[in-house]
Amino acid sequence: MFEFCTDPATLDTLRWFSCYLTNGAHFLFYQSFLVVFALLAVTAPAALAFGFAAAAASRSQILPLSWLGKTYTAMVRGVPDIVFFLFFVLVLDQGIEFLRHSVVCPDWTDPIRQGANFLVCPDARTPQSSAPQWVHETYGFALAVFTYAIVFGAFCGNVLFGAMRAVPRAQLETGEAYGMSRRQVFWRILVPQMWIYALPGLSNIWMILIKATPLLFLLGIEDIVYWARELGGSRTSAYQYPHPDWRFWYFFGLLVFYLAFTRVSEIVLARLTARLSHGQATAAGEDLRKAAA
Amino acid sequence: MTCAEAFQAYAFRALGFGERLLPRADIGVCEQIVLIGSGMIWNVYFAALALSLGFFCAVGLALAKNSRTWLIRKPAEWFIFVFRGSPLFIQFFMAYEAFVLLPRLGFEFTFLGIAIEAETRWLARAWLGALIVLWLNTSAYSAEIFYGALRAVPKGDLEAADAYGLTGWKKFRRVVFPTTMRLAWPAYTNEAIFLFHSTALVFFSSFPAFQQMGDALYYANYFADRTFNPFIPYPIVAVYFVLFTLLIIALFGAINKRLNRHLPQEARPRLRYRPTLIR
Repeated sequence: MFEFCTDPATLDTLRWFSCYLTNGAHFLFYQSFLVVFALLAVTAPAALAFGFAAAAASRSQILPLSWLGKTYTAMVRGVPDIVFFLFFVLVLDQGIEFLRHSVVCPDWTDPIRQGANFLVCPDARTPQSSAPQWVHETYGFALAVFTYAIVFGAFCGNVLFGAMRAVPRAQLETGEAYGMSRRQVFWRILVPQMWIYALPGLSNIWMILIKATPLLFLLGIEDIVYWARELGGSRTSAYQYPHPDWRFWYFFGLLVFYLAFTRVSEIVLARLTARLSHGQATAAGEDLRKAAA
Repeated sequence: MTCAEAFQAYAFRALGFGERLLPRADIGVCEQIVLIGSGMIWNVYFAALALSLGFFCAVGLALAKNSRTWLIRKPAEWFIFVFRGSPLFIQFFMAYEAFVLLPRLGFEFTFLGIAIEAETRWLARAWLGALIVLWLNTSAYSAEIFYGALRAVPKGDLEAADAYGLTGWKKFRRVVFPTTMRLAWPAYTNEAIFLFHSTALVFFSSFPAFQQMGDALYYANYFADRTFNPFIPYPIVAVYFVLFTLLIIALFGAINKRLNRHLPQEARPRLRYRPTLIR
């Protein structure tokens, strides 16, 4: 990156590090932090949407819909954690290929499960084996995001369902007394008021979500853990920047990154709680009112 | 291979007893159930030791966090923040790299005795290294639970203790501690289950399995790789985990009953399992 980096072996410590930390591989490492943020930015709204849909469905008066919502939240929450993650991505992957297989080549006669192998016709391979590398990577990432959204959506659904029940009944009755329909009461009274009750639970899920991001590594995505292992491993003098095993320091860096991230989240969420408490019929809202008066 | 033979060969394979070679061809469901069950021994070992060691640490940490002395409070707060604020996964990786580095660091001081060298070598193995990480981790999580309960001890109880002239250790032993436990127990039960589920992470934590003596997920992964069929081994692991979770609930439920035995029947708090995903 800098001009003096042409021959690192001759540099003093400070310059050596400034070259080492700005070489090509390290920029890939820094980019993988963006992958973490991208995952959070996509997953958090998706999980919230899934959860909202599940909670709204659970409250529905149409019985099958309410069963669907309740089964979803109960099922995903009941299965032990990490097994689900590994298992679900595989099921999703094979399921998509199987569905495409039955659509694309219906007259394929060979069995799909040949003993040990899962073989679909070449046209149904997802993504196509001829596809460029970035398609494969994006597909893997999309599968991971979907898995995260499903799992965390169930958790959000549970929290939002509880929050909807926590809104004082009198508020809803007031809406009904004004002649609002069920739909109007839901959107105009229940939904705006439920967030303050949902926030403690949602902030918990957010923290868990942050701490779940290193699991991307297990799903085969080149995330920060992957790069920390890659870059930290010892390099012989055959490399441009030889160094001993520095993986400990790379993981230490990740630890600090996560600690800072959770700490900042905590502070932001505390502010958000204060904001959302404005004008609410809760103890925190009452405190705010008294402080202002 | 019949089920009885499979049991004989592999029931304690995870500890290094029985048949040395893992099944290679014609893998039946029985072998999978027995071998994965044998791997569960390690998961139970990690959970049981980490929880029982962590319990005492957690009580100490909770008291330290509740202390008025800055010098005692701050380290406890930091310890809890570091272990609760970062992913267990990263903690495992970092601990492993640190433990691997240790003998090399020790090697510079060649005067160190053989005993110490041997000890640092053990740290890089799962049975000790992963256990230490899990132990510190559960200490931090449980300490936060106990701290919350400590703050929630009713004022009236403390005043009653004062009225009876109880002070210091006696007050703690007779009034504060039992009430703290009583209040914290439902949440602590969840923590115990949560920790038990986290023992699955040991497999991914880069602590190697020596002579193929691994935990449940190690064997499940082995079978999934061998048979290319994840739909049998992973559900077996899930069933084992559910069974042991029920066992934990039963055990902790009994303790909960004893802690609340002085309360009227309907005032006793019920244990409710609230699963959490990942630490």
